[in-house]
Amino acid sequence: MDLILSFLIQAAQMAVVLALAPLLTGFVRKVKARLLRRQGASVIQPYRDLARLLRKEVVLAQNASWLFRVIPYLIFAATWVAAALVPTFAGGLLFSWTADLIAIIALLGSARFFLALAGMDVGTSFGGIGASREVMIASLAEPAMLLTVFALALVAGSTQLSTVAAVLATPEVGLRVSLAMALIALVMVALAENARIPVDNPATHLELTMVHEAMVLEYSGRHLAMIEFAASLKLLLYISLIACVFVPWGIAAPGSGLAGFALGATAYLAKLAVGGFLLAFFETSIAKMRVFRVPDFLGVALMLSLLGTLLLFASRSL
Amino acid sequence: MMQALMIHLPLVGVLLAAAILATAIARSASATPVVYGICAAASAIGLGAAVLSLTGGLSKEPLVLPLGLPWVGAHFRIDALAAFFLVVVNLGGTSASIYGLGYGRHEHAPHRVLPFFPAFLAGMNLVVMADDAFTFLLSWEFMSLASWALVLAHHREAANARAAYVYLLMAGFGTMALLLAFGLLAGPGGEYAFASIRAANRTPAIAALALVLMLVGAGSKAGLAPLHVWLPLAHPAAPSHVSALMSGVMTKVAIYGFIRVVFDLLGEPAWWSSVLLLALGGATAVLGILHALMETDLKRLLAYSTIENIGVIFAGLGLSLAFEANGMGWAAALALTAALFHVFNHSLFKSLLFFGAGAVLTATGQRDMDKLGGLIHRMPATSVAFLAGCVAISALPPFNGFVSEWMIFQAILQSPSLPGWGLKIMVPAVGGLLALAAALAAACFVRAFGVVFLGRPRSTVAEQAHEVDGFSVAAMAVLAALCLLAGILPGFVIDGLAPITQALVGGTMPSQTGDAWLSIVPIAEGRSSYNGLLVFAFIAISAWLAAFLVHRFASHELRRGPAWDCGFPEPSPATQYTGGSFAQPIRRVFGTLVFGARETVEMPPPGDMAPARHTVEMRDLVWDWLFAPIAGAVDFAAGYLNRLQFLTIRRYLSFVFLALVALLLVLALWT
Repeated sequence: MDLILSFLIQAAQMAVVLALAPLLTGFVRKVKARLLRRQGASVIQPYRDLARLLRKEVVLAQNASWLFRVIPYLIFAATWVAAALVPTFAGGLLFSWTADLIAIIALLGSARFFLALAGMDVGTSFGGIGASREVMIASLAEPAMLLTVFALALVAGSTQLSTVAAVLATPEVGLRVSLAMALIALVMVALAENARIPVDNPATHLELTMVHEAMVLEYSGRHLAMIEFAASLKLLLYISLIACVFVPWGIAAPGSGLAGFALGATAYLAKLAVGGFLLAFFETSIAKMRVFRVPDFLGVALMLSLLGTLLLFASRSL
Repeated sequence: MMQALMIHLPLVGVLLAAAILATAIARSASATPVVYGICAAASAIGLGAAVLSLTGGLSKEPLVLPLGLPWVGAHFRIDALAAFFLVVVNLGGTSASIYGLGYGRHEHAPHRVLPFFPAFLAGMNLVVMADDAFTFLLSWEFMSLASWALVLAHHREAANARAAYVYLLMAGFGTMALLLAFGLLAGPGGEYAFASIRAANRTPAIAALALVLMLVGAGSKAGLAPLHVWLPLAHPAAPSHVSALMSGVMTKVAIYGFIRVVFDLLGEPAWWSSVLLLALGGATAVLGILHALMETDLKRLLAYSTIENIGVIFAGLGLSLAFEANGMGWAAALALTAALFHVFNHSLFKSLLFFGAGAVLTATGQRDMDKLGGLIHRMPATSVAFLAGCVAISALPPFNGFVSEWMIFQAILQSPSLPGWGLKIMVPAVGGLLALAAALAAACFVRAFGVVFLGRPRSTVAEQAHEVDGFSVAAMAVLAALCLLAGILPGFVIDGLAPITQALVGGTMPSQTGDAWLSIVPIAEGRSSYNGLLVFAFIAISAWLAAFLVHRFASHELRRGPAWDCGFPEPSPATQYTGGSFAQPIRRVFGTLVFGARETVEMPPPGDMAPARHTVEMRDLVWDWLFAPIAGAVDFAAGYLNRLQFLTIRRYLSFVFLALVALLLVLALWT
């Protein structure tokens, strides 16, 4: 019975992330538009976009290889699996022991690896520029992210995300300098990883200023839909991750009743809304950086996360 | 039970006989298949026997042969550590020989390769089996010289001759360091057998000196910074299957030597040695991969990436020493297992990648990435195998490279309980460096695969390339499959390594194969676990499911058209990103610090018809600051000493007399 229940929770989690991801993207866009005093598209516009893209035929560049056609599904799968392992409304996921935080980061790394390859496959200069900048950003964002994970793992005594969330929800953890540093670093990394302002601009159509959009320039139809879907999932994943680690309250404990799950779901939706609003607010109040300013930005994240880890090496109570 | 040495020693004999046979028949057409066939068979048998002895299927009694020094004899022994490295050596040997069956056909001077290839394999086998200092050093030198001869196989190219010269110098220097190390270990009594070295007592100063000398000797062979400069010259100069052996296997034999002496013979480690290893390992990893990122020669790129992986392995060994010195056997076992697992993984994917580079070289005659491109259309099998190698070496799940990196990170997370500020600060810093190196490795192999195999061909040779022969493809396919297998079933490898950690650091990781669904658990279930099999299954199932649903219910139409490229597609393939332009952002970020890189742009004024120029200047700072001054000093001294060359016999006699008197004086004062 327990097994069936936890299996159901895992399945629900996989469905929830899939269902909510485009909504979150639509919500962020809507808030941004309202903050700029525009009406903005409906929050369900991303669903319509996906449906339309899925129905359209694919126009493939003559030079595109089989890899180019496989990659959208691979990226989608890797991101989905990673997103399914981050606790959203309920903890104690059935498969949470399959991959810990380090493995989740590495799964996202795999998705990025293949996306960068897709950028280079057709052999256009835009794809190349996007791929080369993406790996430059990743080469700084990934270590910062890993060091943040180290800090979290040292506090919680585990790299297992469910355990980390459970430990950080206990009152003994309290406010810590190291966790504050880890939070700032994680937010900075999340901005870079999701191609948000100030690192990259998700809305621009001037390809020269872009990183992520330049890589996927040659994609169309269902392939583009999968990649857009994966990008939405990734945004949802990062907000869920920050929420479940730094705001772990309300996550339904394994074995709690229906009320617990309802509370967990409400809390999760509220966290997503707050996270999405903060992201939109931040993006409207700051300008995009030049691409060679990005290393400085990510260098700060790297230093903060290293400092947080060092503090924990110095004393477990900092 | 059969004795393991009774299988391995005759196999070495077979390999040496094959070397002699090759010398005799090298110029006949059948020489290539015969020699590589013998090598493949001997290595495959050796591989089977080594796996058996690692799992306890063969007895491990030592053996003394009446060879070598008359009062020592030649001692041989295969314990768990040696058996594991025999697996690495013979697995590399088998795949390289199979690859050689196809690749060797294109060799234009087979008589310069065939005799030395089996000799090289025999040398590596002997180093691992040796159980006394004399046999060890002799085999080590034999291995070095055989590989040197292979580096010099294409000796008419000036770059190869220089590479071989630098290699010979560094190998000689390394062996000298090893000689001194073993001299110190053997002590004044001259006890050369490893058993008596292990039993001897020595002062901490002697042990420290031996450890540093070992680090210099084995580290220079493995490619530890700053003694790595010969490696990116020599490894690519050899034929590709030999490059694979040198990078994938010989560097591991060097690591074997280091582990044998430092973990086994020296006994209780000093805490500072771990700080030294961690610092060198972290620095080597980042330096190596940054060099690889800047390189446009495919084989040199792979050689630099070897340096990175050696850094990772040494960092793992350093962690293990730190834990062992502080009595944390279980954590030492975790770090040592991680390092050994990475040894195994690197031998797999580096051989695979060098085979891929060799296949590209056979098909196009090019090693320069900026003249390749689009090979995925013309070499489908090679490109799949090479891609598997790239994913594995970039430490991405579900392949094997990720598992060993993951275990090293898990070991780092156990280290806050270590005492001492040196380690407390060093360990997280090294963790950051290793994370940086892993991320840069992914960038490096996106670049390597993207520029060589994707995009449009940048030259006519790339346009007209063909898939290579069946033997080469088979060797690559087997290694690619092993990379995936070791990644999704890591528990079996970890359990196989347990007897080694038990013997060396007195602890083991918990048994892995009994866990549910074959997940791996470094310490305890609640702390961390990873399941490569399920990750692989989940990705495969959800990717297949997504593709199936989309094709079934949404659309499956497809139309080919010209590339969009924002409305301005440029027909010339020269407008694609090249290796150089791809690395430019990373060069901007790290280059000034690590390479002293400088970019200058010459833009002629409007109206001037002169071409604009963009020049990048990069320097190897290790070469400039460490090796160039030494070379200068040697030159300077040689210039002075040269005067002694043309003296009269009377002068020489008086010099001899003076030297004799001086030495006798010293001796008289000493005693």
